[in-house]
Amino acid sequence: MTNSNQLPVLKPDREVGIIGYGAYVPRYRLPAAEVARIWTGGQGGTPVREKSVPGLDEDVVTMSVEAARNALARADGVDPALIRAVWVGSESHPYAVKPTSTIVAEAIGATPHTQGGDWEFACKAGSEAFQAAIGFVGSGMARYALAIGMDTAQAQPGDALEYTASAGGGAYLVGPAEEALAVVEGSLSYVTDTPDFWRRAYQHYPSHGGRFTGQPAYFKHVVAAARGLMDGLGTEPSDYAHAIFHQPNLKFPQTVARQLGFTPAQIDAGLLVDEIGNTYAGSSLIGLTAVLDVAAPGERVLLVSYGSGAGSDAISLRVTDGIVERQRRAPMTRDYIARRVVIDYATYARFTRALRA
Amino acid sequence: MRDVAIIGVGQTKVGEHWDISLRHLALEALQAGMADAGVTRADVLYVGNMLSGELVGQEHLGALVADFAGLRGTEALKIEAACASGAAALRMGFVAVAGGLANIVVVVGVEKMTDTLGPDTTTALAMAADGDYEAAQGVSFVAINALLMRRYMHEYGYSHQDFYPFAVNAHRNGMNNPYAMFQFPVTAERFARAKMICDPINLLDSSPICDGAAAVVLAPADAARAFSAAPVRIAGSAVGTDALALHDRRDPLVLDGAALSTRRAYEQAGVGPEDIDLFELHDAFSIMAALSLEAAGFADRGQGLRLALDGDIAIDGRLPVTTMGGLKSRGHPVGATGVYQVVEVVQQLRGLAGANQVPDARLGMAQNIGGSGATVITHILERME
Repeated sequence: MTNSNQLPVLKPDREVGIIGYGAYVPRYRLPAAEVARIWTGGQGGTPVREKSVPGLDEDVVTMSVEAARNALARADGVDPALIRAVWVGSESHPYAVKPTSTIVAEAIGATPHTQGGDWEFACKAGSEAFQAAIGFVGSGMARYALAIGMDTAQAQPGDALEYTASAGGGAYLVGPAEEALAVVEGSLSYVTDTPDFWRRAYQHYPSHGGRFTGQPAYFKHVVAAARGLMDGLGTEPSDYAHAIFHQPNLKFPQTVARQLGFTPAQIDAGLLVDEIGNTYAGSSLIGLTAVLDVAAPGERVLLVSYGSGAGSDAISLRVTDGIVERQRRAPMTRDYIARRVVIDYATYARFTRALRA
Repeated sequence: MRDVAIIGVGQTKVGEHWDISLRHLALEALQAGMADAGVTRADVLYVGNMLSGELVGQEHLGALVADFAGLRGTEALKIEAACASGAAALRMGFVAVAGGLANIVVVVGVEKMTDTLGPDTTTALAMAADGDYEAAQGVSFVAINALLMRRYMHEYGYSHQDFYPFAVNAHRNGMNNPYAMFQFPVTAERFARAKMICDPINLLDSSPICDGAAAVVLAPADAARAFSAAPVRIAGSAVGTDALALHDRRDPLVLDGAALSTRRAYEQAGVGPEDIDLFELHDAFSIMAALSLEAAGFADRGQGLRLALDGDIAIDGRLPVTTMGGLKSRGHPVGATGVYQVVEVVQQLRGLAGANQVPDARLGMAQNIGGSGATVITHILERME
């Protein structure tokens, strides 16, 4: 048996990177105080300030198309027909059977000679698709591949998750390193069968194991993936200008950053959860779009996702000179965050179809 | 009938043991207890447990634990009496040794409650109540205790805040117990601000859902010195019962089962409440602590709380209770709790309770309550001079 401690980090045969990236966040915001007003009489603290809520005509398909178009806008005139994979990771695919990805691929002009597939791995479905895209391009099978992490996250009304479960995500066009605005240095995943959070077929809302979602789940996997990758690459926290950790609430990424030796300043640019909530499969990927919006050439960025069930993907990126002119070619993540319409709980209940006849 | 002595004790730290299985928890406590007693075999193994079937999907614990502990072939049975399962297993061990049917008996209490979702655990615990007439009405176990607490406050004119001394005392003692789940202090102010669970019961009125295992090893008292330098005699062992449902009780604010159980134990031991140096009571909820103090003869009706408010329950008080943290701070892994209580009394009588040592403790009592008082098992332990 191979000693897993000695397994090298994942690196493709040829260097690849991010050619274009794009974010999307719906405009509606539900303050956490509104959730508390309904369920606790306003008592007790809240895990975030507010969360994004999808509008009545928005779902993972429409939001993925928005983010994909933003990614293409930053991709220096890439012909969509050369995108040989469109992969969407989500917990909220509109159909149980029928791909989200084909609709997105059609909308951006990537059909017909493309792979299309929907990914599921709780909140790391998007980073899983991103790693597959690295391999697809890195092997030479494709020049470009598009990976998206996007969610309209579900939470049982009254559950602790209702404060945070939100909508949004990011799209990444992966291509050859020479065209990249950020080059992939390597990645490493850490996966075990740890049932901390799940949603069974035909259920509207997920279940979770309370405190079990913390130490043996989120922290164990995020720390192991991050440490493993940095050990394998020979990097240290101080080598990174920015780090993004899956952000289900404010406390978890702040705590895990401290445990790993990152400063609050290093996670600041990508820490969006207080303003938009937990976008599940979009959570770490939209943190990365916010970081790339402000990153400078030469900076290193560490991305660590977390998906319940459970696993983490850690990806190390190095920003190139190509980023400067491309940051402003599409709406910035902060533009979406600033575009906000506050709604009350009743409107939220209508928008999320929480009321069922 | 032979005199019975405890010749060894063992316990695991109480907590959320997500990475330790039920059989491993039982094994750890059993091995610690047998090592303490210096025995490598037993005539009988009794396993006290309430919820393994519901929460772990495993029954048949007697043979399971015996086999896993290297005692294959040994007579081994699971004993169940709701939250009093641990003491019930000890009671069976006592009967076997006292009756001359066995010489060395190992008693293990074990419970694993944290591998299931909260609502499932709550539903399982409600099986301690009357299924047809209480649980079927949707009354959870904490709700039953809330009814009792509300009635107690109404009848005797107490405020909710008056109950704070039980939690403060338990946590102060648990801080010095390395096996306790919660090793931090709480204050009266924190009690006042604690999250409401089931009005009027708040978080600090309640013992935690947790995992743990504890073990004791029994032998005839006249042979005890061969195994242990500090054996402890079981001077009294008694079970009292009452109706399961509150509404079937003579008076819901009087634990008749506890009164019966304690009186029988006192009679066996030839002692009274005034002789008891420390009392490990069943503080699953603070209201249960107050009611059991009254039922055991330490306070008059409605005065159990007064005992706590007057400071009598502290280590240096007139009647120290929950001296190693009790159910509130050490934790309440239900089927193991009764054995933990006895292990802690043994620690006190051996003079090994560290910072929580009750000075010159000679006679200690442990009382394990099943349900809201339908099975109450009392053990009085005496230091052997």
